[in-house]
Amino acid sequence: MIDNYSWITVFPEIVLLTLACAIALVDLYVKSPSRTPTYLLTLATLAIVAFMQAGYAISGLNQYGFSKLVVSDQMGNWLKCFAALAVMVTLVYGRGYAAHREMMRGGELFTLSMFGLLGMFLMIGGNNFLVIYMGLELLTLSSYALVALRRDNTLAIEAAMKYFVLGAMASGFLLYGMSMLYGATGTLDVNQVAQAIASGNIRHQVLVFGLVFVVAGLAFKLGVVPFHMWLPDVYQGAPTAVTLLIGGAPKLAAFAIMIRLLVEGLLPLALDWQQMLGILAVSSLLVGNLAAIAQTNIKRMLAFSTISQMGFVLLGMMSGVINGNTISSADAYGSSMFYVVTYVLTTLATFGIILLLSRKGFESEEIADFAGLNQRSPLYAGVMAICMFSLAGIPPMVGFYAKLSVLQALMSSGQAVDIGLAVFAVMMSLVGAFYYLRVVKLMYFDAPVQTAAIDAPAAVRIVLGINGALVLLLGIVPGGLMALCASALASMMAG
Amino acid sequence: MGLLSLAIWTPVLFGVVLLALGRDENAPAVRWIALIGAFISLMVTVPLYTGFQLGTAEMQFVEQAPWIDRFNVNYHLGVDGISVWFVLLTAFINLVVIIAGWEVITRRVNQYMGAFLILSGLMIGVFCALDGLLFYVFFEATLIPMYLIIGIWGGPNRIYAAFKFFLYTLLGSLLLLIALIYLYTVAGGSFDIQTWHTLPLGGTAQTLIFFAFLAAFAVKVPMWPVHTWLPDVHVEAPTGGSAVLAAIMLKLGGYGFLRLSMPIAPDAAREWAWLMIGLSLIAVIYVGLVAIVQRDMKKLVAYSSVAHMGFVTLGFFVFSDLGVAGGIVQMIAHGFVSGAMFLCIGVLYDRVHSREIASYGGVINTMPKFAAFALLFAMANAGLPGTAGFVGEWMVILAAVKANFWIGLGSATALILGAAYTLWMFKRVYLGPVANDDVKNLQDINAREFLMLSLLAIAVLAMGVYPKPFTDVMDSSVAELLRHVALSKLN
Repeated sequence: MIDNYSWITVFPEIVLLTLACAIALVDLYVKSPSRTPTYLLTLATLAIVAFMQAGYAISGLNQYGFSKLVVSDQMGNWLKCFAALAVMVTLVYGRGYAAHREMMRGGELFTLSMFGLLGMFLMIGGNNFLVIYMGLELLTLSSYALVALRRDNTLAIEAAMKYFVLGAMASGFLLYGMSMLYGATGTLDVNQVAQAIASGNIRHQVLVFGLVFVVAGLAFKLGVVPFHMWLPDVYQGAPTAVTLLIGGAPKLAAFAIMIRLLVEGLLPLALDWQQMLGILAVSSLLVGNLAAIAQTNIKRMLAFSTISQMGFVLLGMMSGVINGNTISSADAYGSSMFYVVTYVLTTLATFGIILLLSRKGFESEEIADFAGLNQRSPLYAGVMAICMFSLAGIPPMVGFYAKLSVLQALMSSGQAVDIGLAVFAVMMSLVGAFYYLRVVKLMYFDAPVQTAAIDAPAAVRIVLGINGALVLLLGIVPGGLMALCASALASMMAG
Repeated sequence: MGLLSLAIWTPVLFGVVLLALGRDENAPAVRWIALIGAFISLMVTVPLYTGFQLGTAEMQFVEQAPWIDRFNVNYHLGVDGISVWFVLLTAFINLVVIIAGWEVITRRVNQYMGAFLILSGLMIGVFCALDGLLFYVFFEATLIPMYLIIGIWGGPNRIYAAFKFFLYTLLGSLLLLIALIYLYTVAGGSFDIQTWHTLPLGGTAQTLIFFAFLAAFAVKVPMWPVHTWLPDVHVEAPTGGSAVLAAIMLKLGGYGFLRLSMPIAPDAAREWAWLMIGLSLIAVIYVGLVAIVQRDMKKLVAYSSVAHMGFVTLGFFVFSDLGVAGGIVQMIAHGFVSGAMFLCIGVLYDRVHSREIASYGGVINTMPKFAAFALLFAMANAGLPGTAGFVGEWMVILAAVKANFWIGLGSATALILGAAYTLWMFKRVYLGPVANDDVKNLQDINAREFLMLSLLAIAVLAMGVYPKPFTDVMDSSVAELLRHVALSKLN
């Protein structure tokens, strides 16, 4: 029973799929080694899709489609819009890098990015365990191939192997957990699962058994301790442009499935999964921050930094339900969403700079490569410094408000243990401040080692400038984005 | 746009323009723009004093606009008798520091000047903010320019100093953040500082909040035993950085006690006053003794700053009109005097490139004009009557004697110790025969340095001779603060 409304809910996905296929075909006839037509068409496609999703989000569309297989709601549409933009920015930053590293022999970089994005859209918009799982697989399969795109590079192949084996295992976890829940509740529909659990007729033990696997699978995909082992290796081994494709937009999708599965599907089990997330968050903050100090490779350092930042996201996720009361859940999950969105924004600019510093035949991988950047280019050093201060959570950068809103959500329970957790989290971010500051120190206090001129196409310079400025400006006026996240989650919790 | 917004954003705007100008080829233009910016920034603060209503403790020049709706945060500014002078002081010191860095800084001039202008705007923001989150944002944001100033233009060990400065102060302020969020929750979703002032709080909560605030402000002031970052940082920071740090940044901590700790947790403040007084006395006496044995001039002045700030916190926590007002006067006076002391060291350092006392001797023979200024500031630092340094110390000692004779006696030793370390340093550096060739070849101060030191000298003398404009302004606010602190907030 496919009604007209159903088509509306997946219209952007259909457009994306069609254009991605068309571009894959067009690319066969592209002769230019830098694949300019493919690149431009891809950007146009992403822009169209982002624009459509923004339109959906602003119109406040809240619609189920295909017998509730998918949902198009405010939260999902905003996240899809941001994801499309993030992929777009990634391609702008990464194109020069990829072109110099024989990653453009075919147009796979672009088509796979688009299919990956399609996977993210399905994850974000899925309202059914299987749809979500399919979206996840589409994303991760595209990512495996992208990591291996430099097929003559040992590190990249090793990273791809690791990513594939561990990723497949994580998917197995998730699927196994889903099947347990299906067995217990008899449905794959997210809302019906929630209803079935809330009815109280199902044995708690079975549910928790399934839940453990679901949480483990999610933790794997988010890359939180103790399921984080793949993350540093993949971040380091993958070509930097692909690292950004993996480390940027997919975080938005990972956040979305966490909301869909845990909040929409398993809210009655909140007490159980909040405890699990609490443990994951604490260990991520601890391990991520401490391990990051020891790194000399910037990508590896950022991988550990990601682990600790995801710990903060989980802190927000675990403070939604207080004593069985869901009054403040929208605020708590909204703070997590704000955190993820601003994190992705900052990560884009950070990797943008790394990509910029990598030239033909030179990988900017070591933290030491940033030495004296301020003397080589005050603008890029400024952008990077803004990002580092933002990740460290120093006001007035946007990262501060992300930490603030998560801590506020955490402390709103007023319980001593939560306040203790907040103190632990800020102490860990003090540790974090050290390694972020070290990058700033290298850029501003040290003399340059590399002296080659940094040349970048105008498009990269402009996008990077805007990206950096946004990290600062959203910190000076954070109200709008915060309200957007809060209202997106509020409408989701209500509907 | 209100006057306070102008005072905050004028220097920031000029700073951003300077950052955008880039390139050291434009250095002369950069310097002049910085000077004009600093001058305009000072001028826009003057109406704050001339238009200030005496006899009321209400906030004045209030501006309020919604900022972050989600957290009910407002862009809420205002000054009262406690804070208004700090706004002027900050703008004034900023101007002096821009002049001080005029030809000394040749590397990345635009970033240097820009950093100081932005820093000055942010610090004014701290003094004006009436919203907890706004306060915190300004309070923390000051770390970034200062970190860069120390790290880029500092001495040989500048990187260690920059990290120590940043991480030490961040540690304290993160606990402040937790306390602010807690207050937000307890106050039912409000970051408004004046709402917090009247918020009833239990004993345990007050104690925890008081100590969380203490962690932030004690580090900033700095109080013994968390003062150890200050000497390290002062030694490595460039002259301008040291001057701003001593003159203004330390005051952010002292101001925090008055604006947040004491009114929000008055019961805890009274309960723990003995601890605060004890720590203050240790700072005054022990750190004073430590200052005597220093070989490095900057270290000596740094320790002297800790001792002087000990006076400030001592004055606050005896809870009397005289004590609190004395503490504030002392903060302002110390702003002028310590800024001047560091600039004097800078003048010598620019010529000889040594801060060791032993490298000098008989400077008065080759730099008579400069030595005259240095003597004035040294006297002010020692608390000679007729200079700015005397007024605050005298008020605090009187208040301390009234509260308890032994506290008064302990604090009064500071006058002896202050005279000892300052004048002994003066003797070794300036008096006596010319010690070596470096001193022999010294050139006396030029017109720029003369201007910069005269500005400070005028301020130091004016405040010492006629402190009434300072004390008049703060009377009502201090009285209101004490009346408020005397009331219990326990339910």
